[in-house]
Amino acid sequence: MEANTRSTGRLPAAFLTPGSSSFMDFLSAQSPEMLPGRRSLPPLQGAIEAPHGTTIVAVTFPGGVVLAGDRRATMGNMIAQRDIEKVFPADEYSAVGIAGTAGLAVEMVKLFQLELEHFEKVEGATLSLEGKANRLSTMIRSNLAMAMQGLAVVPLFAGYDVDRGKGRIFSYDVTGGRSEETGYASTGSGSIFARGAMKKLFHDELTEQQATTLVIQALYDAADDDSATGGPDVARRIYPIVTVITEDGFRRLNDTESAEIARSILERRLQQPDGPRAALL
Amino acid sequence: MSTPFYVSPQQAMADRAEYARKGIARGRSLVVLQYADGIVFVGENPSRALHKFSEIYDRIGFAAAGKYNEYENLRIGGVRYADLRGYTYDRDDVTARGLANVYAQTLGTIFSSAGEKPYEVELVVAEVGATPDGDQIYRLPHDGSIVDEHGSVAVGGNAEQISTFLDQQHREGMSLAEALKLAVQALSRDTNGGEREIPAERLEVAVLDRERPQARKFKRVVGRQLARLLEADGAASTPTDAPSDTDDSDTGASGSGESGKGGTSPDKDSDK
Repeated sequence: MEANTRSTGRLPAAFLTPGSSSFMDFLSAQSPEMLPGRRSLPPLQGAIEAPHGTTIVAVTFPGGVVLAGDRRATMGNMIAQRDIEKVFPADEYSAVGIAGTAGLAVEMVKLFQLELEHFEKVEGATLSLEGKANRLSTMIRSNLAMAMQGLAVVPLFAGYDVDRGKGRIFSYDVTGGRSEETGYASTGSGSIFARGAMKKLFHDELTEQQATTLVIQALYDAADDDSATGGPDVARRIYPIVTVITEDGFRRLNDTESAEIARSILERRLQQPDGPRAALL
Repeated sequence: MSTPFYVSPQQAMADRAEYARKGIARGRSLVVLQYADGIVFVGENPSRALHKFSEIYDRIGFAAAGKYNEYENLRIGGVRYADLRGYTYDRDDVTARGLANVYAQTLGTIFSSAGEKPYEVELVVAEVGATPDGDQIYRLPHDGSIVDEHGSVAVGGNAEQISTFLDQQHREGMSLAEALKLAVQALSRDTNGGEREIPAERLEVAVLDRERPQARKFKRVVGRQLARLLEADGAASTPTDAPSDTDDSDTGASGSGESGKGGTSPDKDSDK
């Protein structure tokens, strides 16, 4: 059935049929070719070359959660883009950061945002944070065929749970497997280095200011050891994207704020290249 | 086989129109007005959960009078249409005009098809612009016509009388509290000329606020904020703050002592 939205004719019956509150369900009935996961790929030999996004980190603090990402996209050993955005608001109380094939991931985020908004408009109520995390899981699962061809998308989902009054982080694998993380999490090629840094710096009593500094420290360490992760680019004034989600909702730090944190970290790294140290015992 | 009675097309249409109008008249009327920072929807609705007003898309709101299940159906169709269109093209490509056209075609086809009963609904589709000049308000009666409205519009059973009142009293650049008060005043007027009280908890109020920083401009006005807006107006109706009505002395002179003296600064504060 052809989606009759290009002309100004009568709404097709499918639009007026009572049914699910999910935009994805509607789309899969109405025009399935528009779903990212439903595309059939031609038989391929070897992996497809496409820009990849790299490191995303998240950390909770009492009262909320911080989600941040570097700005580099790579294609093989090339830097494909220096100022890519990989952290997006999903709705008012949650955000998603994406690592993996950039083109697919951005499309997936767009559909995910719409899915949450659509549900909210149809039902007059928002999904629970758990419900949102599960929805994202379904979307990644539907992308499995392409993931097997090397076009994987592995997001990190963070949000403020208004029912429980705290920030929560969910990480995923390529099969859509979902796990809730306590404290901090990372995804993407630089994630192992970022995780090491966060493990040493994290504690339960962080302030919002400390949490935003912590994620940039972690991204710096990831960029230090992973060539696919970009550090703060002072010459071009490109700094990591840092978002904070609290009871007041989603907020993205503006360029001045993230530049200030990045610069103060750079300043200290000039004295001590390996960054802050945890106590030995 | 019996021969069906002959009914002239004119008669058939007139009957259908009357049927739909009667259905709509059973529900309560509602009004949609422009104010300085956007468009406000006001209606009497005893239910907290079943809404008459809702968000369709970023800048587009929906209001309906008549049969709930029928307009709810159209509302969801509109949300699906808008979301699919925005997903296919871009968020900016979803417009109230496009949506109103689709609704008009849908209502028109249903109205003139012999196999279906006409919908007993009257809709308003409104889009808030970057400036008051960019605001669009479309009224869609049950038969699928479109009326491009400006300033204020009323739909529902008592719409004609309310519209006339609003046309006289509404002016450009009202504050939210002033517009709200005027809307409540209009809705409180009975068909027989009397007035009745509509308590705040029976009011459903929503705005499309162009000053809202988010892309989604639709917002419900409930609880404390609603009480404050209604109160701000009530306080302003006392003659003590007479100096503040210099800027509206030219409009609504006929018995609208309360509608104007908003004392704009407290109103401005309370709706931010």
